[in-house]
Amino acid sequence: MNSLSRFLVELQDISFLFWRMLRGLRKQPRYFDEMIRQMDSIGVGSLAIVSLTGFFTGSVLILQAYPTLEYYGAQSSAGQSVAITLIRELGPVLCALMVAGRVGSAISAELGSMVVSQQIDAMRALGTSPARKLVTPRVIALVVTLPLLTVAADVFGLIGGGIIARYLYALDANTYITSLRAGITIQDIIGGIIKPIVFGFIIGLISCHKGLTTQGGTVGVGKSTTDAVVLSSITVIIADFFLSKVLQGFFGNTLF
Amino acid sequence: MLETETMTQPRTSISPVVPAIEFRDVELAFDDRVILDGINFTVRRGETKIVLGGSGSGKSTIIKLILGLLRADAGTILVDGEDITNADEQELTEMRKKIGMVFQEGALFDSLSVYDNVAYRLAEEGIDDDEIEHEVIRMLRFVDLEDAIDKMPIELSGGMRRRVGIARALVGSPSMVLFDEPTAGLDPPTARTICELAIKLRDLEGVSSIFVTHEMNNLRYLSSEYAIVDGEGRVFFEEEGDKLCLINTKVMMIKQGDIIFDGTDEELKLSNDPYIHRFITGR
Ligand SMILES: Nc1ncnc2c1ncn2[C@@H]1O[C@H](COP(=O)(O)OP(=O)(O)OP(=O)(O)O)[C@@H](O)[C@H]1O
Ligand SMILES: [Mg+2]
Repeated sequence: MNSLSRFLVELQDISFLFWRMLRGLRKQPRYFDEMIRQMDSIGVGSLAIVSLTGFFTGSVLILQAYPTLEYYGAQSSAGQSVAITLIRELGPVLCALMVAGRVGSAISAELGSMVVSQQIDAMRALGTSPARKLVTPRVIALVVTLPLLTVAADVFGLIGGGIIARYLYALDANTYITSLRAGITIQDIIGGIIKPIVFGFIIGLISCHKGLTTQGGTVGVGKSTTDAVVLSSITVIIADFFLSKVLQGFFGNTLF
Repeated sequence: MLETETMTQPRTSISPVVPAIEFRDVELAFDDRVILDGINFTVRRGETKIVLGGSGSGKSTIIKLILGLLRADAGTILVDGEDITNADEQELTEMRKKIGMVFQEGALFDSLSVYDNVAYRLAEEGIDDDEIEHEVIRMLRFVDLEDAIDKMPIELSGGMRRRVGIARALVGSPSMVLFDEPTAGLDPPTARTICELAIKLRDLEGVSSIFVTHEMNNLRYLSSEYAIVDGEGRVFFEEEGDKLCLINTKVMMIKQGDIIFDGTDEELKLSNDPYIHRFITGR
């Protein structure tokens, strides 16, 4: 099989998984407990790394942008500059990448070892659909928690930027906040929420698919884990471009 | 130690002429390697089919085909008279409710306790907790593992895991049970207990089963002993001796994707095929 047809087969499998997952939502039993447990481990568990990522990203944005802004005498729009980059792009994307690394790998490793130790077969033999029992709760948990994590990353990023602006470049805190508020539009916020929802689906489906199609023993688990992280990260970055384009089409290209 | 327990739930009653399992010209290949090359056999209702065959001969594959965990490349597989060859996942799920499966490696859910493993099927069916608890304890007593009820699978020995796997398979009283090498790697008394369990299912519950094994003493137990219950509900095992009254146990041997023998144990012993001879005597 050449790589194009392999890609298409994979895409088809993922679409089927998506379809089965959606059908799983419609039918009993719905495994709410499992969903809550996953939200806890994905959401609460990732909060620290995501906040830290957000904080330092916001900080470095100001660190790099401020001298340029100062050169053009535009220090007062420092807040705006961080806000837009962070909320539109870096918040959702970096957050998704962190979660892909932390949660995507965990999901595919867990499902992969279940395949290898025949637990998935046992589950099917006992009359449960793995798509409904394992995939649906994980994907839903990601779709719900990723936007929340993104908001956390954004907020910590803005705080980080503010701290650097205030203490490193002695920018007045009020100026920073005023420019923040002027810079953030409702469109940015909606876009900044839509993106992580899509990324949640991408990470969840790819990781579950990779885990469930693990082949070849423990070595296979390692491979599918790596594949899950690499493939979901790349897909997130590619999807981000197209999503940005689509959102621009919807909301118009709001200028700085 | 298991004398007092007998299962009382009624089994689904379907006409006895319909075989429990039937394979018609089933073929399966992984990539280019042919694993099953057009095999035919039937397991009648209430019958135990002992499946012998060297390592890698396709025994586990046959069992996975029956459950629909693998799909055949060609041929027809009937379970309870229903063609499952082209059944979708939902129809298969219905069919699997009738079947208990004991996996070769146990395949316990290692994130769940012994209790939850055994309760799994009932919990999925939404049966209420009291009833589940009652049934789980009954099953664990059946395999003599009541003490391990709160343990996690990781804390169990291989033989204990296997017995939990058996309890999990038998919960809900399936009308068909598939044993994939349930005694491999166990000490002789435990192995004997498992064979007794299979005999009881066969003689007292009318369960149809497939019993995959490598071990000749398993074959001897299953094909020469039967279980009876006395007036007080105690279970005894008796040798058939020269009466040859055990007609519901058959033996089948697989070699390189073909069935090379299918018949009774007496016929197996009389076979003059050198491969069979070596298989049963080890020489
Ligand atoms: N997923 C798979 N991909 C490729 N080949 C496989 C796969 N599963 C099994 N096989 C091959 O199919 C053959 C039959 O395997 P199977 O597990 O049915 O053997 P078995 O008779 O159960 O052996 P054992 O007694 O060792 O359990 C083996 O040669 C094995 O290499
Ligand atoms: Mg096997």
